[in-house]
Amino acid sequence: MTNTNGYLSGSNLERVLKNGHFAVTAELGPPQNADRSVIIKKSALLKGYCDGVNLTDNQTAIVRMSSIGAGAILVQEGLEPIIQMVCRDRNRLAMQSDLLGAYALGIRNLLCLTGDHQSFGNHPGAKNVFDIDSAQMVQMVSEMRDKRIFQCGEEMKGQEPRFFVGAAESPFAHPVDFRPYRLGKKVKAGASFIQTQIVFDIPAFKKFMEKVRELGIHKQTYILPGVSPLKSPTMAKYMRDNVPGILIPDEIIKRMEAAGAIWAGKSKDELTPEDKKARSKAWQAEGIKICIETIQQLREVEGVSGVHIMAIEWEEAVKPIVEGAGLYPRPVVPAPEPQADKN
Amino acid sequence: MIVAEQKTLEEIKTLVGSAKNVLVAGCGTCVTVCFAGGSREAAIVAAELRMASKLAGDAKAVADVTVQRQCEWEYLDEIAEQVGKVDVVLSLGCGIGVQAIAEHFPNAWVVPGLNTKFMGLPTEQGVWAERCAACGDCILGLTGGVCPIARCSKSLLNGPCGGSLDGHCEINSDVSCAWQLIYDRLTSMDKLEVLMDIQPPKNWKTSRDGGPRKIVREDLRLGKEE
Repeated sequence: MTNTNGYLSGSNLERVLKNGHFAVTAELGPPQNADRSVIIKKSALLKGYCDGVNLTDNQTAIVRMSSIGAGAILVQEGLEPIIQMVCRDRNRLAMQSDLLGAYALGIRNLLCLTGDHQSFGNHPGAKNVFDIDSAQMVQMVSEMRDKRIFQCGEEMKGQEPRFFVGAAESPFAHPVDFRPYRLGKKVKAGASFIQTQIVFDIPAFKKFMEKVRELGIHKQTYILPGVSPLKSPTMAKYMRDNVPGILIPDEIIKRMEAAGAIWAGKSKDELTPEDKKARSKAWQAEGIKICIETIQQLREVEGVSGVHIMAIEWEEAVKPIVEGAGLYPRPVVPAPEPQADKN
Repeated sequence: MIVAEQKTLEEIKTLVGSAKNVLVAGCGTCVTVCFAGGSREAAIVAAELRMASKLAGDAKAVADVTVQRQCEWEYLDEIAEQVGKVDVVLSLGCGIGVQAIAEHFPNAWVVPGLNTKFMGLPTEQGVWAERCAACGDCILGLTGGVCPIARCSKSLLNGPCGGSLDGHCEINSDVSCAWQLIYDRLTSMDKLEVLMDIQPPKNWKTSRDGGPRKIVREDLRLGKEE
């Protein structure tokens, strides 16, 4: 079995986490077109500010540039991709084949997800796949790496794909009591890192982590809670009311509203474009501030190994958040001695 | 039972087309119980077709008949004569009934009057819900009698996903989260430990994915005469 100097994959993210650093990952949403310059532009905003960049896989069931394609561009640009793969669009054959290709393109981190139902997206009439689920995907790719077998049990000859394998958990989705156990199942399946749904409610997250620690799961995996800068009070309320598993305390909504208080109570027509711009700026500044404070609080929670910043279509926010949270510069952990691929 | 729903009269009219003699064939089993294609519905559809064609100045002769089960040859034999006399048979059976008529009467033109929806049950008067996807390898023993293949929108075996909220599925608040149901039931039965094992990938070969399915019971087959 290939072993990359004690690392599973030797990826930057794995090295940072294994060496005890508080990790930072950030999300990059690929475009709804084939323009590589979008990826290059967005990646420039993230370079140096995170240890790995999540590339979403047809997020919310909307067709976008593939996470593997975008990931390959990131590799060329000198950033570290964490490709996301959902169970909605591929069966086990397509998953394994695409992952062989992704590894060959230099991609080393993989986040296994169930995927939003296609009814949310722009092809609601599509047939979904869900041949295997996310826990089974974690198991499959871990065994491709550790046992050098395909899902069918057949032995793999030649270079096996060695991914640093992650999974997601939504700590506040229902049934809440089962969430830590479900996390445990994914870790048992082989998930080395966990990125969570966006956290705003620190006491609720602490309660979740208490159970996670009681089960000892935090010692078997690296947990990176998700955070997200709010852009406006409307966005905050929308997320609170419409996205399963996102809890936003009233206090945070009030802070967002207060940030725009001087423009409050005025109708659309009373606000000049400059007013709107200034209000938006004030909201965004508060959103970033809340995000920084959230990170600082999460950092104090035992069992938290890093944060995953989801600045949705707002990659510019990552830099001030990382700097503001005192997480810049990012640690440099030398790569293990390069090993010759076996073939 | 198999649950079906009638097609719109507009679509039925299109399917019947220019045929002069029409036989509306109801079925006395599942689709009778779900009020989609029994003798009552067959008579109503026949009357509607008669009326519509008359209004359109193209009066059709429309008769209706209902057999006990369209999905068995023996019952179809009863209507062989009527089928032979018409230009089109509008079957108000499920998709199996339509095909049984096509197979049994090679010279008959048959069109469907229903959309076959699912295998399920009535949950209250006038409401039917899906319960089984006929995956061919029943796992209800692992899930407390609630099927995640048929009832989880993503057919997850190690659910629930992150879209479960207040007992509902992310796709629609009218859809129950199957995994919440499974969790609640196993909790109330004190059998939650069943959910702690990782269920391996399902072998979909027994499902429709393995190709059209067939069961052969040698013990029941009639032996060839010597």
